[in-house]
Amino acid sequence: MAISKAEVYKVAALARLKLSEQEADQFTSQLNDILEFANKLNELDTENVQPTSHVLPIHNVFREDEVRSSTDRDKALKNAPEQQDHMFYVPAVFE
Amino acid sequence: MSQYETVIGLEVHVELFTKTKIFCGCSTEFGAPPNTHTCPVCLGHPGVLPVLNRQAVNYAMKAAMALNCEIAEYSKFDRKNYFYPDLPKAYQISQYDQPIGKNGWIEIEVDGEKKRIGITRLHLEEDAGKLNHSEHGDGSLVDFNRVGVPLIEIVSEPDLRSPAEARAYLEKLKMIIQYTGVSDVKMEEGSLRCDANISLRPVGQKEFGTKTEMKNLNSFRNVEKALEYEQKRQKEILDRGDVVVQQTLRWLEQENRTKTMRSKEEAHDYRYFPEPDLVTLYIDEAWKEKVRASIPELPDARMARYQKEFGLNHYDASILISSKAVADFYEETVMKKADPKLAANWIVTELLGYLNQEDKELNEIKMEPAHLAEMIRLIQNGTISSKIAKKVFKEILNTGKNPQKIVEEKGWVQISDEGQLKEEIAKVLAANRQSVEDFKNGKDRALGFLVGQVMKATRGKANPKLVNQLILEQINQ
Repeated sequence: MAISKAEVYKVAALARLKLSEQEADQFTSQLNDILEFANKLNELDTENVQPTSHVLPIHNVFREDEVRSSTDRDKALKNAPEQQDHMFYVPAVFE
Repeated sequence: MSQYETVIGLEVHVELFTKTKIFCGCSTEFGAPPNTHTCPVCLGHPGVLPVLNRQAVNYAMKAAMALNCEIAEYSKFDRKNYFYPDLPKAYQISQYDQPIGKNGWIEIEVDGEKKRIGITRLHLEEDAGKLNHSEHGDGSLVDFNRVGVPLIEIVSEPDLRSPAEARAYLEKLKMIIQYTGVSDVKMEEGSLRCDANISLRPVGQKEFGTKTEMKNLNSFRNVEKALEYEQKRQKEILDRGDVVVQQTLRWLEQENRTKTMRSKEEAHDYRYFPEPDLVTLYIDEAWKEKVRASIPELPDARMARYQKEFGLNHYDASILISSKAVADFYEETVMKKADPKLAANWIVTELLGYLNQEDKELNEIKMEPAHLAEMIRLIQNGTISSKIAKKVFKEILNTGKNPQKIVEEKGWVQISDEGQLKEEIAKVLAANRQSVEDFKNGKDRALGFLVGQVMKATRGKANPKLVNQLILEQINQ
């Protein structure tokens, strides 16, 4: 098994997902299938292949440092469930 | 009780001085009304794509080079995943295993001893938003103007051995970055921020002790104070035979103590992975050379040159270079043909004293290097005395007027006319016969008194050297 049920729970917690027992079982088995499939790649000899971090064979795509107008504030705040003083209101952050 | 060695490492975040954010065209201007500099990209709306700001890369390279880092040929961005309300995408675009710069160093000096401090890495990332406390309700208010502002994170090696060294490192780092011009490095505006790691180990032990991390250190003085506090706290724990708990602490400035920050256990599991929305960065030699050529003379080199070329002492040179604006002002004054040593004296004592007292920056005052250069020439050619010069200096600061004009308008030209001086001297000698006698009887101090009386009578305008000489002639006749 490439991944245990406990690890699935941990990853779910990190992603703020609440899984039922049944879902946890289901995802554990599915994720194992995926990881086992990916494991097949280990059978290839990649000794002389550079690690790939991007699928596109290009690099250095830039924009110049020029200011463009920002979104209208009321529009930007429109999706906020709650707002106060032109800011996004969020539950208290504990520290 | 054992002896301990303190081990400190610093993580410094510096906001780059670009006009726009790192992945979108929103302005980075400080102090704008909340949420007026946002767009779908920096707010993390679905379906948007970040595009890298070329200038941010240039600046990061420039800073890395100034800190003696090796520049990566290939570099890439990664996602650092965590949930926090100041991070709208729920991940920060940062760099994990291929930072722009690594293996750098800077030299610090503490109590006359020089020491090289290693820099593990320097990478580019985006800043988070700013949380404010709500005045109505228990929640927090988020301002996303800052989200996406380009940052460099500079991680030092655990080479620092005392809070004083940590402070010296920060001051030097700030100075170097300021010289490169890639950031305004204002701690009070948050464009330079610092976290510190500290641990203690018995002297002679190789392994590091358990460290704690401190946040919310908002001034150099607080970094030093917080580290001193934490050093003492850890020492007391170890002396008791207890163990230091690894944790993140927050420095409470008002109460002069640290407080544990509650953080979830798994908070450090950031699950980094390559950012699929950005292509890799390839930095060739030509690009590196172009950036390298844009780095100005850095503080250490300048300091050496001031001592060698201008004959300044270590103290004056170190004060002048501690701010690029001051060093530039000094050089311009010298370029306007002022005597380098006199210029250094006037800037170090009078000008910086004034700025300190008035809590002002150089660009906020009316004096220009040309003013100071001319004033120094007036002293040297005998037009004004050094004493009058102090009055001229203040007048320039107050009015921004040309020193020659001030001297003429105020009638402050030094009296070097022998006839006129002899007249004043005759009066003073007549009125102070006892002092003349005292001087003749070997009391040298009496001469100073007589010169002072002549200066007083001429309201400071007499040429003191000449007065001195004329009095001696007169008495010895």
